[in-house]
Amino acid sequence: MKPALFAYVAPQSVEEALELLASDEMARPLAGGQSLIPTMNFRIAAPSALVDLRRIGALNGHAVEGDVIRVGAMTRQRDLERDEAVQRANPLIAEVLGNVAHIVIRNRGTVGGSIAHADAAAELPCMLVATGGTVVARRAGGERTIAAEDFFLFHMTTALEAVELLTEVRIPALPPHTGYAFQEVARRHGDYALAGVCALVTLKDGVCSAVRLAACGVASKPTRLAEAEAALLGAPPEGEALARAAEAARDYATAADDRQASTDYRRDLASALVRRTVTKAADRARERA
Amino acid sequence: MSTRQFGEPIARNADAALLRGEGSFIDDIDLPGALHAAFARSMVARAKIRAIDTSAAESLDGVVKVYTCDNIGALDAPLPLLIPAPDLTHPKTQRPLARDDVFYVGQSIAMVVAVDRYVAEDAVRLIDIDYDPLPVEMDLERAVADDAPRIHPDVPNNTAGRFRVETGDTDAAFAQAEHITRVKIRLERSTAAPLECRAIAARWEAVTGELTVWDGTQATLSVRGGLASLFQIDEDKVRVIAPNVGGGFGQKIMMFHPDEVLVPLASMELGRPVKYIEDRVENFIGASQERTQIHTLEIAATKDGRVIGLKDDFLHDTGAFIPYGIAVAHVSSTSIAGPYRIPNFRVTFRPVYLPMVQVTPYRGCGRPHACYAIERAMDQLADELGLDRFEVRRRNFIGKDEFPYPREGLIFADGLQVIYDSGDYEEALEKLRQAIDVEGFRAEQAAAREEGRYLGLGLGFYVEGTGLGPYEGGHIKIHPITGKVYVNTGLTDQGQGHETVFAQIAAEQTGARVEDVIVVEGDTGAFEWGVATFASRAAVCSGNAIHMAAVKARAQIVEAAANMMECSQEDIELHDGAAWVKGTDRKAMLAEVATATNPLRYAFNEPSKSATQFAPASRHDGPPLAEGRTPGIEATDYYSPPHATWAFGAHAAVIEVDPELCTIEVKRYICIHDCGRMINPTIVDGQVMGGIAQGVGGAFYERCEFDEEGTPLNANFMDFLMPYATEVPNAEIMHSETPTPLNPLGVKGVGEAGTIPVAQVYASAVEDALRPFGIAPIREAPLTPDAIHRMLKQARTS
Amino acid sequence: MARPTARKELIGQSSDPRVPVSMTVNGERVEREVSPRMLLSDFIRHELRLTGTHVGCEHGVCGCCTVIIDGKAGRSCLAFAVQADGADIRTIESVAAPDGSLHPVQQAFRECHGLQCGYCTPGFVMSIVDYLEDNPDPDLSEDAIREVLSGNLCRCTGYKNIVAAFRRSAELMRGSR
Ligand SMILES: Cc1cc2nc3c(=O)[nH]c(=O)nc-3n(C[C@H](O)[C@H](O)[C@H](O)COP(=O)(O)OP(=O)(O)OC[C@H]3O[C@@H](n4cnc5c(N)ncnc54)[C@H](O)[C@@H]3O)c2cc1C
Ligand code: FES
Ligand code: FES
Repeated sequence: MKPALFAYVAPQSVEEALELLASDEMARPLAGGQSLIPTMNFRIAAPSALVDLRRIGALNGHAVEGDVIRVGAMTRQRDLERDEAVQRANPLIAEVLGNVAHIVIRNRGTVGGSIAHADAAAELPCMLVATGGTVVARRAGGERTIAAEDFFLFHMTTALEAVELLTEVRIPALPPHTGYAFQEVARRHGDYALAGVCALVTLKDGVCSAVRLAACGVASKPTRLAEAEAALLGAPPEGEALARAAEAARDYATAADDRQASTDYRRDLASALVRRTVTKAADRARERA
Repeated sequence: MSTRQFGEPIARNADAALLRGEGSFIDDIDLPGALHAAFARSMVARAKIRAIDTSAAESLDGVVKVYTCDNIGALDAPLPLLIPAPDLTHPKTQRPLARDDVFYVGQSIAMVVAVDRYVAEDAVRLIDIDYDPLPVEMDLERAVADDAPRIHPDVPNNTAGRFRVETGDTDAAFAQAEHITRVKIRLERSTAAPLECRAIAARWEAVTGELTVWDGTQATLSVRGGLASLFQIDEDKVRVIAPNVGGGFGQKIMMFHPDEVLVPLASMELGRPVKYIEDRVENFIGASQERTQIHTLEIAATKDGRVIGLKDDFLHDTGAFIPYGIAVAHVSSTSIAGPYRIPNFRVTFRPVYLPMVQVTPYRGCGRPHACYAIERAMDQLADELGLDRFEVRRRNFIGKDEFPYPREGLIFADGLQVIYDSGDYEEALEKLRQAIDVEGFRAEQAAAREEGRYLGLGLGFYVEGTGLGPYEGGHIKIHPITGKVYVNTGLTDQGQGHETVFAQIAAEQTGARVEDVIVVEGDTGAFEWGVATFASRAAVCSGNAIHMAAVKARAQIVEAAANMMECSQEDIELHDGAAWVKGTDRKAMLAEVATATNPLRYAFNEPSKSATQFAPASRHDGPPLAEGRTPGIEATDYYSPPHATWAFGAHAAVIEVDPELCTIEVKRYICIHDCGRMINPTIVDGQVMGGIAQGVGGAFYERCEFDEEGTPLNANFMDFLMPYATEVPNAEIMHSETPTPLNPLGVKGVGEAGTIPVAQVYASAVEDALRPFGIAPIREAPLTPDAIHRMLKQARTS
Repeated sequence: MARPTARKELIGQSSDPRVPVSMTVNGERVEREVSPRMLLSDFIRHELRLTGTHVGCEHGVCGCCTVIIDGKAGRSCLAFAVQADGADIRTIESVAAPDGSLHPVQQAFRECHGLQCGYCTPGFVMSIVDYLEDNPDPDLSEDAIREVLSGNLCRCTGYKNIVAAFRRSAELMRGSR
């Protein structure tokens, strides 16, 4: 299990990295390496060159700016998880990260790497969709901001082009009167989710004034559960409305039967997880009030 | 008197080095100039090989040699059948490198030897193999059909042989039955997955004609014998060393994996050391696996739940080859009646060839299968008769006064009759019952159900024939200068703590401090005779042999010390590294005794000077070394068990099932185990807990999966779900101690026990938890969330 | 049926220029020229001959290869040696005192019989050392400990004694502070 030969460069700037990537279509950016290197060791991937992003200062660091958390692509997952300002701004992030792999993997794995990798069962992309976050993509001479929902196209496929680098991830802070919850079912602790649901519930006078729900593991990409959200909007997060939301979630589970779960099982999981996360998020919303 | 060493939770001597990273595993051994091997392996399950083109690989920079079946000389032949059996009518073993045919994905076709493993792997990808794929049947039950594609053209029904074992009169028992319970159960293929994969290094010394092989094997002596005969060199010229080995669990008892013969060959031919460090994927596709069996079991009972007869017919997946004979299936067949009297039973079974890597023993070796079958049936019998699951077992136990309990006509894996030697099964079950507080649990279960939470109680009882012969030896010698005690035996250690346990046994007799006992095993240069580490036999076979040798050494020490200090032998006691005159502070250190018993000409060290302060160690006339005596303190002895000794135990668990998410949470796991006298309770507990974790893997997480074409689907640690700390319960471990009368130490084996009943315990608990839903009985291991989901769905719709 | 053949493209480029790297390993500066594809685990084990760092899977799951890179535990099989250029690396060989006396974490493993074959052990020790240096007052509940340990596989012990060793480590380290 040794990787194939490749060339290695560790540029100091985004521009330089973009130039290198543009000059060789088989080259790949290397972030924390926690997804890319295993596939190289299996020789499933054999990029001609690795453009290591670790020296690019501009990709490091994260900050809470008003109601947005700006996260440099190379921010280690564990650093984000442990940052107190981030926890205050949006405690959902740490709750989600606690389900991503293991501490030692999160020590090296980056936020940008996980988002760019875009595994359909990964937790961070799901969180980004649920929170309505955005991704900043840079190419030579330009930059664009892509909404999370438009960014993830398919399992391990994103709107990012080969000549682009993901430079920053922007996660909205938790809005007022809003509770949050993430729950997943995985075979082992730290495994990718068979199904996972992120819920954000805003309560006003006991009814849901805003709801955002997203699921991972159940479809070909992290998925907004729009119909389930609609069922809850304007209603109290319980009883009849909650039952309708849970029922609506079922249809978002479209992943074909695989070795760990049937579609049918995933449909039931999506439903149960919506009910549980919404309930928990609503409880938290009440606590915050 | 001697110091209490036996039975104490003594810390292990070897740990400090391992903790500092100073262990010496095979890849850690620095062999300057070593070359590295990698294998081209079959990518199809069953195919004719049309052509192999190695030219591109050979011309790659850094490649030294590429081997195929055409250039390995006499090694191009099927590897040995280790355990032949008369009814094994169609035995097939593998060639080191495939010739004309491949039989499973992962089979070795070519071996590249190169300057490093990176280049060797590059070269493997340059080897072009042209396959002509043949149809395969992956399903165990369909593979025995007349029209199923044959893996080996000359083996009809893919059946390696038909076997039958019987005791009593089964048909008569069934004729009298008042109730018959039928179950069909299935266990899935799994693998030992030691954290250190298999590894081998060889160095040939042309000058002396000596071959040294470092092999992470459980059977150094057997590997030496095999290599010597394959290469036709003198056994004395072959030294096989198993240094630190990162777990074995049976996978490393199998010999020969192809690399074990090819790496020595390459070293001899190329005149350089050669290493093959198997990687994780290779371990999944090229190293032995185990577990799939399908049992159809019937038990004949009276209305009050006494089982009077049993019939079992099972299919055993042996993979594409059967190098280890029917060991696994045979153990299943002879363990099927578990702890129960069941005086009449018949087992028929067929090992079946399937296009996957060969099956050889993996921790438990047939016992988890037998336990799952009989214990599932006992649960069902209880349910059908409306009896309590504990009670039905109690009614069938062999009573503590019924030992020795022979099973007439049943021959165990050691070739000897099955005779259960000792035990108190009822007491063990009762202790477990109390510990888990069954009544309390039932109340809690009922209350939880009110809240919509589902708790279940699972139970499994097992017996384990351990300590199989033929024999092991022990050698003990006290070093004259240091007084340290050297102990040797022919086994190997993969982390079981032999070193400490054997040191305790030696220390108990010689009075040495445990930390002054140096145990060397796993090296054919250190002890010449013996078999191997398997079948929970180390403590029984080598332990007793070392004990017997130590008893002899003790007699030598006592005699010499009495002479030296001019007292009677009865007045000598041994402890703290010395022989003492009872009730005084007069002592002779073991170093002095060892020195004094070796008539020397030169006094070049302190012990030899101080030895002269004493009277002579021997009172005899004539030459300095008395006739018939050997110099120093040294003894060797051998222990050959009359037959296997049967350890036993029971596990119970409380498991909560979330019927919505179909996940489980183990609330409590309790185990009671009896392995006779315990030499070191800490080590026993460690073995049991490790076994339980492996059992948990087999109960809920691990299976080797293949598609219909025979391609492995989860040959890596991402997808083969070995449990982490978060998946293994914190088991409470209790002991009972019924010494065996069979051996001097009264010990039984413990290595495999923990693993055996876990799948049953999980199944039984989940079944109990989900009773209100009316699910069908659980019949397959591992159980998975997806399977729980299916069962619940079925129950709802029917 | 399709006939699989060897996939030549997966051996990559034809030349393999060496790249100079320098880093601090266990307090000593090392300089080497390496192939970019050399895994950090192989660099540590084979180039530096620090063989206490083990390799159990080479795809990030088992944790046997865990070392501390710039003050954070990480998988050395999921990094290339070239990425560690300029880094500070600590391996299991640096944990005990120079005279060989055991670090509290090692001591705890010994006391609690937290190892059997010892193959997984250096990885566990490095993960725990790093964790306890970061979290001197850790949550010692069973679940919390198991979660911290969940990145490392052990096939021998069943983890119970490793959990005990973690607890004991925290206690010993607190005592030595
Ligand atoms: C044992 C184990 C368990 C895991 N379990 C989980 C889990 O449960 N859930 C989960 O979500 N993940 C899991 N992971 C994956 C982990 O979270 C990775 O860290 C993450 O997926 C990728 O991040 P990275 O920084 O390591 O990226 P890398 O591996 O370096 O890169 C991943 C991919 O993204 C590309 N890329 C990286 N950065 C950029 C960028 N800035 N711009 C453009 N492209 C870029 C790379 O070219 C590559 O294709 C696990 C990993 C391991 C080893
Ligand atoms: S060898 Fe690195 S995690 Fe297994
Ligand atoms: S002690 Fe052997 S793998 Fe952990």
